[in-house]
Amino acid sequence: MSSLLRVVLQRLGLGVMTLFVVSLIIAFVVELLPGDITQAMLGQSATPETVAAFRAEIGLDRPAHIRYFEWLHGMLTGDMGQSLASKREIAGFVGPRLSNTLFLGGVAAAIAVPLALFLGLLAALYRNSLYDRIVNMATLTSISFPEFFVAYILILFFSVKGGFFPGISNVSTDLAFGDKLFRTILPALTLTLVVLAHMLRMTRAAIINLLSSPYIEMARLKGTRPFRIIVYHALPNAWGPIVNVIALNLAYLVVGVVVVEVVFVYPGLGQLLVDSVSKRDLPVVQACAMIFAAVYILLNLLSDIVSIVSNPRLLHPR
Amino acid sequence: MTTAVKALRSAPISAKIGLLIVTAYAIVAIFAPWIAPYSETSIVGSSYELWSDEFIFGTDNIGRDMLSRLIYGARNTIGIAFATVVLAFLIGGITGMLVAILGGWYDLLIGRLVDILMAVPSLIFALLLLTIFGTSIPSLIVIIAVLDSTRVFRIARSAAMNVVVMDFVEVAQLRGERMWWVIRKEVLPNITAPLLAEFGLRFCFVFLFIASLSFLGLGIQPPTADWGSMVRENATLINYNDITPLLPAAAIAGLTVAVNFVVDWMLHLSSGLRND
Repeated sequence: MSSLLRVVLQRLGLGVMTLFVVSLIIAFVVELLPGDITQAMLGQSATPETVAAFRAEIGLDRPAHIRYFEWLHGMLTGDMGQSLASKREIAGFVGPRLSNTLFLGGVAAAIAVPLALFLGLLAALYRNSLYDRIVNMATLTSISFPEFFVAYILILFFSVKGGFFPGISNVSTDLAFGDKLFRTILPALTLTLVVLAHMLRMTRAAIINLLSSPYIEMARLKGTRPFRIIVYHALPNAWGPIVNVIALNLAYLVVGVVVVEVVFVYPGLGQLLVDSVSKRDLPVVQACAMIFAAVYILLNLLSDIVSIVSNPRLLHPR
Repeated sequence: MTTAVKALRSAPISAKIGLLIVTAYAIVAIFAPWIAPYSETSIVGSSYELWSDEFIFGTDNIGRDMLSRLIYGARNTIGIAFATVVLAFLIGGITGMLVAILGGWYDLLIGRLVDILMAVPSLIFALLLLTIFGTSIPSLIVIIAVLDSTRVFRIARSAAMNVVVMDFVEVAQLRGERMWWVIRKEVLPNITAPLLAEFGLRFCFVFLFIASLSFLGLGIQPPTADWGSMVRENATLINYNDITPLLPAAAIAGLTVAVNFVVDWMLHLSSGLRND
């Protein structure tokens, strides 16, 4: 057990290190800003005095490394600074948006993961059958669709023509859970369709890979039923790759959320990020980028740890 | 050449259809000014006109011909995505092969850097960089190419690694050939197949990526006709049960599906897999 703890701690350390380097890169890139952020904010006609005053106000007159450590300290303690555009505290409006985004991602995952596992398992079991070929074609096609295409098709059929679900998801924190879920259904469905294909294909590949190993062949030769082979022989060894697939796609979901949120005017972190980029509101972009990076790295870390735990060979590397 | 023709003849039907569609898109993109009935940016009618003989797909939000903009969009959207992927392959491919030959510290250093760049979703990095450098077409191409070159680097490096250990590469190096010569004449010809399939995959990814950015209003800027921003500009029509804004989105999807079908077949060929 102690070796397990050591491996997990090692990975955790690696994740924190990565996050630290990412924060360094983000800060460094911001330093590269051609001209100055004050120029972008105040326009060309600003006098040198106003520029200097504004620089002092947002603390740009101090050296870069001091500002970096202040920013890092602020990010860690929940103080993300002020938005340039609205002059409001970033931490104040990022919180609810983050929880909205996580809710949307959670609903999408709750639909996509079981569905992908089930369909992928079937495709692996009946490979080269008509079902498998149809699934192959369908997933290949849906991988190629841009998210907004899927989103607008769903809006057209379920909202405009059908009138089942609202085409705009204006959720807020004071809504009841059921109501919130109802308004989130279309964006969640879009995200599901976007990640389902990837997950399905990867599950199928992982299972097929496993089914060709000798011990499965043995089980089949001694006459075990297919269902028993899958559940008792294949699945215990497939958890590693499958969890990997899930985590990889959940991480993708976190990003895919950006486009989908904009289509459905869903008040999440992704929409905030896009708005801030077009307003060139750098502190908000920095904060959002950091949060997205952290979630992404965390999910990948989780999949890493689970695949190590479920595979003794990785637990005791030679 | 004859082997290529033979391979093509034995290709599955999906790959053949894919190739046909890709060719059609290329023709439309290259000959856009001759095919399009109106010019890319001129306002020829009132806004949101319905489909008619004069304007086959109607007009857009400020009265430009939808069909013409779709045709010019092929040129702009595909052209920019193509330029980006080529640049990404130049950066990532050459660094990957170089690192595979040099090994040691270079390998470790660049490998770590790429790991870290890949640890963050490229959309997030791209948005951050676009905030800083602004949304012009050259900065769009360079930013996405650099971010995407990390993926190309991985593939090129791992493919080149297998070639570099071969005797003929060692012989070439002992002969005193220069690094660039070894890359070009010994390594590159042996890793063309996986790189070519990867090129298709990367193209799809970058194409969708740029379309998404344009859709978000952060990619190709108006008045340039571009499929992603065309969806955005005309999106309100959806609420009136009008499928016009889906046309550019379908154009995007059509091309990526076609390329994916071709790539699927090419991956099949290069891996030597036969249905298992």
